[in-house]
Amino acid sequence: MNTTLPPRLRLDRITKAFGGVHALTDLSLDVMPGQIIGLIGPNGAGKTTTFNVITGAYRASSGTVLLDGQAVTSEPPHKIARAGIMRTFQNIRLFSDMTVWEHLLVAQPHSGLAVRRLLPMRFSNRKTIERAEEVLEFFALGNVRNRPARTLPYGLQRRVEMARAVTARPRLLLLDEPVAGMNHDEAEAIRALVLRLRQGGLSILLIEHDMAFVMNLCDELYVLDFGILIAHGRPAEIRANPAVLDAYLGRAA
Amino acid sequence: MSMYYAGILSDIGILLLGALSVYIILATGQLSLGNAGFMGIGAYITSWLTVEAGLPITVALVIAALVSGAIGVAVGFPALRLKGIYLAMATLGFGEVVRSFLLNFAAMGGPEGFHGMHHISTGYIWTWAVSVLVLVMLIEASPIWLEIRAVRDDETAAGLVGLNATEIKVGAFGCGAAVAAIAGGLFAHHHVYIEPGNFSFERSVDLVLAVILGGSTVASGALAGAVMLVILPEYLRFLAEWRFAAFGALLIAMLLVRRQGLLDRALLRFAWRGSRA
Repeated sequence: MNTTLPPRLRLDRITKAFGGVHALTDLSLDVMPGQIIGLIGPNGAGKTTTFNVITGAYRASSGTVLLDGQAVTSEPPHKIARAGIMRTFQNIRLFSDMTVWEHLLVAQPHSGLAVRRLLPMRFSNRKTIERAEEVLEFFALGNVRNRPARTLPYGLQRRVEMARAVTARPRLLLLDEPVAGMNHDEAEAIRALVLRLRQGGLSILLIEHDMAFVMNLCDELYVLDFGILIAHGRPAEIRANPAVLDAYLGRAA
Repeated sequence: MSMYYAGILSDIGILLLGALSVYIILATGQLSLGNAGFMGIGAYITSWLTVEAGLPITVALVIAALVSGAIGVAVGFPALRLKGIYLAMATLGFGEVVRSFLLNFAAMGGPEGFHGMHHISTGYIWTWAVSVLVLVMLIEASPIWLEIRAVRDDETAAGLVGLNATEIKVGAFGCGAAVAAIAGGLFAHHHVYIEPGNFSFERSVDLVLAVILGGSTVASGALAGAVMLVILPEYLRFLAEWRFAAFGALLIAMLLVRRQGLLDRALLRFAWRGSRA
């Protein structure tokens, strides 16, 4: 890997405390350009908290979040989003009563002059429309474009959420349990999509409990337990790591 | 046109603008119970400008709208940190602050009110009302409106796709305040006499009622609501002192049967198709 490039995302000793409870302690993590990195760990390990710190929903108690070498740590969420970090949610959060198509338009807030955005949609920026068409085709959502997104089946809703997240061409995509509740075939389809997104130059950090999915997809894994990084390595190394086995299985004993 | 109908039409036009001022703010998910305060600001500024400074009414209205919009933005920044019922309470407080200020504002008559304005025609009122309504309907078809809907629906998710929710909410609040000021200025020049009591909490409630009755999800709902709110009590006159009770009962029935108000997108689409078939 080219060492002169800064990592796409670097978490440098992030700590997040809620009162006296440390949700994250000294977490450091790198995502290099074009990598797919998995963040795993038992429930309550601090995975979603990590996402919330990266996207600015939570402010880190200490430590730095760097996007391509630039600190974004104390920026508000919309600025971090515009800087190029987008996410999906564990419990899907689509806009109610918006169609699939409208989701793809609203996810491009920086396209065009403010005055022009006050004009009716058909006078809207051509590039906005073209980009939305492109994403619609990429995610194979063309035949449901005018359906209210919330009325779609669960698997499709996940797709719409991913589509909304990549429409504004982010540099880093955070996926929070992208295949939760999906059957094997649906999960395979998502895996193929994630790989194609990576081919397009996107870096991806994902949380997932489905171990088969994670092991098959990620370049590297980070394992959290009680907010502390307990292991980091390639999937094969993680599989054989006793500390990881202990965190997942040993708790009950 | 008889004086009676002209008066009713003017009332509808003014109420339409007031209702639109609530609708614009409500579209971002904020309920304002203080828009009568902005109407009061608009009424007093416009009247002072036409009577004391001798400006033409249109210029006076534009100035009043700009000043009121600026006040709306200034009030909106701290107030919009509050949500739901707490925001409603804060805006209610704002309306009362304006009313008590006007009561103590001796330079423009205080409790005795202010007069000397020239009467304006129904046509002039409706020129403003229709212009603002059309403008809002055009904006409803724009990308900005999608952003407003996103913020209303899920502020957190909206922020995470890059929308600045604060900017959108405060902006809407400012626009609402500006439209309310125009309604107030027209009110003053229609009645040619104003007093602080004209801009009390009851008027704020009227504006909200018009939106809720007519349909709170489409701009044309404000028009339907304004018509209903002015006309219904007139039609119920035969009930004498029972007419407001009957009006209240109708209101409750409406909310039970059709919570989104008379008009909504589905109904408009249906009517549109019907008219072309």
